[in-house]
Amino acid sequence: MDNKKLIRGVVDLIKLAETTLPIDVVCALERAYEQERGIAKIQIETMLKNVDIAKKTDRPLCQDTGVQTFFIEVGKDYPFIGQLKPCIVEAVKIATKEIPLRPNTFDPFTRRNHKDNTGDYIPAITWDFTTGDDAIITAIPKGGGSENMSKLVMLKPLDGMDGVKDFVIREIKSAGGNPCPPTVIGIGVGGGADLAMKLGKKALLRPIGMHHQDKAIAQIENDLIKEINKTGIGPMGLGGKTTVLDVHIEKAPRHPASLPVGMVVQCWADRRAKMTLHADGSFEMMNHD
Amino acid sequence: MIKEFTLPLKKDELNHLSVGDIVYLSGKMFTGRDEAHRLLLKDENISIPFNPSEMALYHCGPLMEKKGKKWNVISAGPTTSSRMDGFSSDFIDRFSIHAIIGKGMIGDQTRLALKNKGIFFVFTGGAGALAADLITKVDDVYWLDELGMAEAVWLFTVERFGPLVVAIDSKGNSIF
Repeated sequence: MDNKKLIRGVVDLIKLAETTLPIDVVCALERAYEQERGIAKIQIETMLKNVDIAKKTDRPLCQDTGVQTFFIEVGKDYPFIGQLKPCIVEAVKIATKEIPLRPNTFDPFTRRNHKDNTGDYIPAITWDFTTGDDAIITAIPKGGGSENMSKLVMLKPLDGMDGVKDFVIREIKSAGGNPCPPTVIGIGVGGGADLAMKLGKKALLRPIGMHHQDKAIAQIENDLIKEINKTGIGPMGLGGKTTVLDVHIEKAPRHPASLPVGMVVQCWADRRAKMTLHADGSFEMMNHD
Repeated sequence: MIKEFTLPLKKDELNHLSVGDIVYLSGKMFTGRDEAHRLLLKDENISIPFNPSEMALYHCGPLMEKKGKKWNVISAGPTTSSRMDGFSSDFIDRFSIHAIIGKGMIGDQTRLALKNKGIFFVFTGGAGALAADLITKVDDVYWLDELGMAEAVWLFTVERFGPLVVAIDSKGNSIF
């Protein structure tokens, strides 16, 4: 496939993610609007108004256009695998000027801004290899305000699921309005420290309303939604019934001595877009499932 | 109650605003976040080419676009205010700040620095496209080369900027 066509496709994917909120998130905000009163209702109303303006004017919803983050599933027979990474990096540079995106990558030591949203390990790409000849790229630009509230804890195995729940509720209470609630919470349980955090982020790829296929885990997700919404933190931390839109859990086996829990917080502007690429060079994209 | 004011707010206007009021502000604001706080407080002799006490301080790192010589605002919602807590009380005292617009909670030290002097307003986080539509003019930018787009100090003229929620009033009451 022509590199130019692939680069153009990824620029369009980033633009879709940055300017158009997925329909499942819009519907969840509309439900929150019906439930809330007073200041909380005004917050949700302002969010929905902003979503509408961004979509109609093709502008990023939020000035924090995030760190460019991609999850990629590649079929082993997808013929253009070697082109994916260089084309994504180039697309991020073009998107920065064209959409535009805020230059959000700073060298942590020198404070120097890279100006094109790239740098060592950035854009952040997580690869997974599957069967077939398609590749699926999900763009999930991640804002700093919500990412700052993300956290890892290494619980004791005997703390069990009660320990997991207590940790998440405690952290969300202490985060208050900082991560721009109503948030979406991704939780990775098990693995090692790194895998727990990665699974927490991966859990955010799931649309709002789609729960874990294991009923017992789905029940924990629902319990957490109820408990967190009882805190009364509300939209933007100004009080209200809606503090989370959803909670998603992913799991991996744990070591006998460990129970790692990685919590990744996503703001209400839960931006995502997905692109499916085929072996014949064609592709299509959407930002809903 | 929904109220509309022009910046700078007068003393009696400050006194009459209470936690939970919904406010729309018109006039001048300047952006300042992490690096601008550090820079402006670092040098005691720094000369600031505008008068901060006549404007609102907006905790914001906007997304801007330059077309020819003109800067346009693309998206400009608030950033998390508590990150500036370690600098905010000095900043309020030194530059006579009377109105801060941001998001999230702020610390007790910042709340006390605002007592009898100013108000902390919360604007809806993420509402960047809406905010950009309420900014009618980009008046100037300072320290752009040094700090970059997000951290630079931008001067904006705004028209009916809001809805803002009074989160900390000048009596020291807090919504949080």
